[in-house]
Amino acid sequence: MIYKVIAKSEFKRFTDALLRDNTSFGPRQVDTDSRGKAVYQFLPVTSSDDVAFDYTATASSAKHFFLPFREELSRFVFQDQEWDQQISYEGNPIVLIGLRACDISALNILDDVLLKGHFPSPYYLAKRKNTFVIGMDHLPLPDCFCKSMNHHTISTGFNLFCSDIGEDYYLSINSSKAFNFLKEFDTRDPIDDDNCRLVERRKIISDSFRSEVDVTALPSILDIEFDSPVWEKWGNKCLNCGTCAMVCPTCYCYSVEESFDTNLKGATRQKKLYSCNLVDFAEVAGGHNFRPKNGDRLKYRYYHQHRGFAENANQQICVGCNRCGRACLAGINPKDVINDLRMDKESCLTNISSSPDRI
Amino acid sequence: MPDKHFVIPRQDINREDFTSSIPDFNRRSEFMKTEMGHKCIITSIVRLTEQEKLFKLRIIDPQERGIFRFKPGQFLMLELPGYGDVPISISSSNSNHEFLELCIRKAGHVTSALFTLSEGAHVAIRGPFGSAFPMDEMAGNNVLLIAGGLGFAPLRAPLFWISEHRERFLKVDVLYGVKEPSQLLFTYQFDEWEKINHITLHTIVEQADAGWKGKNGMITDLFQDISIDPEHTYAIVCGPPVMFKVVCSYLDNLGIPMNRMFVSLERRMHCGMGKCCRCMVGSTFTCVDGPVFDYWSVMNLKEAI
Repeated sequence: MIYKVIAKSEFKRFTDALLRDNTSFGPRQVDTDSRGKAVYQFLPVTSSDDVAFDYTATASSAKHFFLPFREELSRFVFQDQEWDQQISYEGNPIVLIGLRACDISALNILDDVLLKGHFPSPYYLAKRKNTFVIGMDHLPLPDCFCKSMNHHTISTGFNLFCSDIGEDYYLSINSSKAFNFLKEFDTRDPIDDDNCRLVERRKIISDSFRSEVDVTALPSILDIEFDSPVWEKWGNKCLNCGTCAMVCPTCYCYSVEESFDTNLKGATRQKKLYSCNLVDFAEVAGGHNFRPKNGDRLKYRYYHQHRGFAENANQQICVGCNRCGRACLAGINPKDVINDLRMDKESCLTNISSSPDRI
Repeated sequence: MPDKHFVIPRQDINREDFTSSIPDFNRRSEFMKTEMGHKCIITSIVRLTEQEKLFKLRIIDPQERGIFRFKPGQFLMLELPGYGDVPISISSSNSNHEFLELCIRKAGHVTSALFTLSEGAHVAIRGPFGSAFPMDEMAGNNVLLIAGGLGFAPLRAPLFWISEHRERFLKVDVLYGVKEPSQLLFTYQFDEWEKINHITLHTIVEQADAGWKGKNGMITDLFQDISIDPEHTYAIVCGPPVMFKVVCSYLDNLGIPMNRMFVSLERRMHCGMGKCCRCMVGSTFTCVDGPVFDYWSVMNLKEAI
């Protein structure tokens, strides 16, 4: 990692050149919601004027550049009685600008899931390798809980990360590509004052988190609370729409579908992002459903996010961006569910300490 | 400033990108083409019951056939282009390197299409995937194989293994329960197993018809017929979810250690590679960590059975 400081006006020249020459995506305002707040999404940008640098958070995450909603896994071309299977791993160079620390963390988690183990995914790698990621730090929204998940700072997984230190950006350069591009622009090595401003900025960000989720020993709590009534309570609210999984930056579960071309000369196997909250997620041949109730499926999502992956890769899969909480039509958000789960048992804890018989 | 300075070059992926992943016997990740199937010809189709057919496949390419090996208990993804792929457990002997046998029930979209095929048709397979029964660990002990309905299909591979290495095992019992006598699978092999390989077969049906001369009742009724030495017995159980609970808790009460009971679980799988999470139980994938689990792991997995 190499650290540099660049003036904001010079950074604008740099992004202009980069965005002009490459297929680029950045945050842009698309609409306002019912409360008049701006809604942002990652959309094509061609110059730094298009990018909403002061955006809060996008409604959808950046995972769709790596895990598109529909992706062709392979193609079958029929000839007489025979067929030919064709597979291609597409990856065109793109620039992603303006990702938040938690978004980049999410990509690192996806790397762990999809590129490690017995069957690394070439489809994902082709896209990941061809993406130039520029991260920007930001002040958290009131409902972000990235700090609780320890994803409010980031040290790897990007090409360039910009911290806003007043007049300048403090750049963390993590790739030779980014370093070579920046050679053409006016940057300087950070001096003591810049380092102080960076530390100050990080402290401000860290202190601005207003939402907190206590995740201490959460995997074991989830295990113990498997039959807790909390799941039924929140499950009854859940509409099984699967929106949470679609906006989540780390949800990667999918289904595979095959379909014939309309001229019957070929067929494609496609992968389609899926949600574990959808009714038929755990249904097997013969019609048995292993998770028939809303609560079961909602619970499964929390298990996968906070427990299952913790057991396999020693980290929780949730990054704390609270996109699912904002998008949920039924008003379910992870902070409330997890705190509810904790409260359920903490109430009995106070009972014990206040009960004279037990002391 | 020349423009080309800022164009990000396209990078292709290659094999070296995957060197950090664990190379695995028989798995195709090393060729990067995990989605590529082996093309097979269906050499024979035998109708076993009203719902089940036995498909005999042969991998067409001699080189691919040469490297294709599996262990008893593993499954493969059977691909029918345009319709989809389904996980099917392998029911043939793993010492048979020429042919694969798959016992398939007509249950869904893909299997219905498969049932319309005739001999000579081509399909593709991916795999093999998943864990296997620890046959070497079981050697030197009694083995108890308990199957319910179609659960007999995955048990046929270990049964072949046992009959080919019969001298390495002590007493081998097969308990097999079905709803109706017409649903019994592989009846034509019963004599061979009993008389040549000295494997004791006990069958039972829930609803007997006029021609049925055997026992009538639930699979647990068969336990009265056999004596189990819990110290030296390994059990393999496969059947519908409800059967696991009843049978395994019975064996547990007898005193067979939980890590000596093996179950083969069923889930809907879409990738077979531990990526799609459709078959996930707790933190475990049925496709990579399973389908064969010991009962101890299953006990610890919520919602597993």
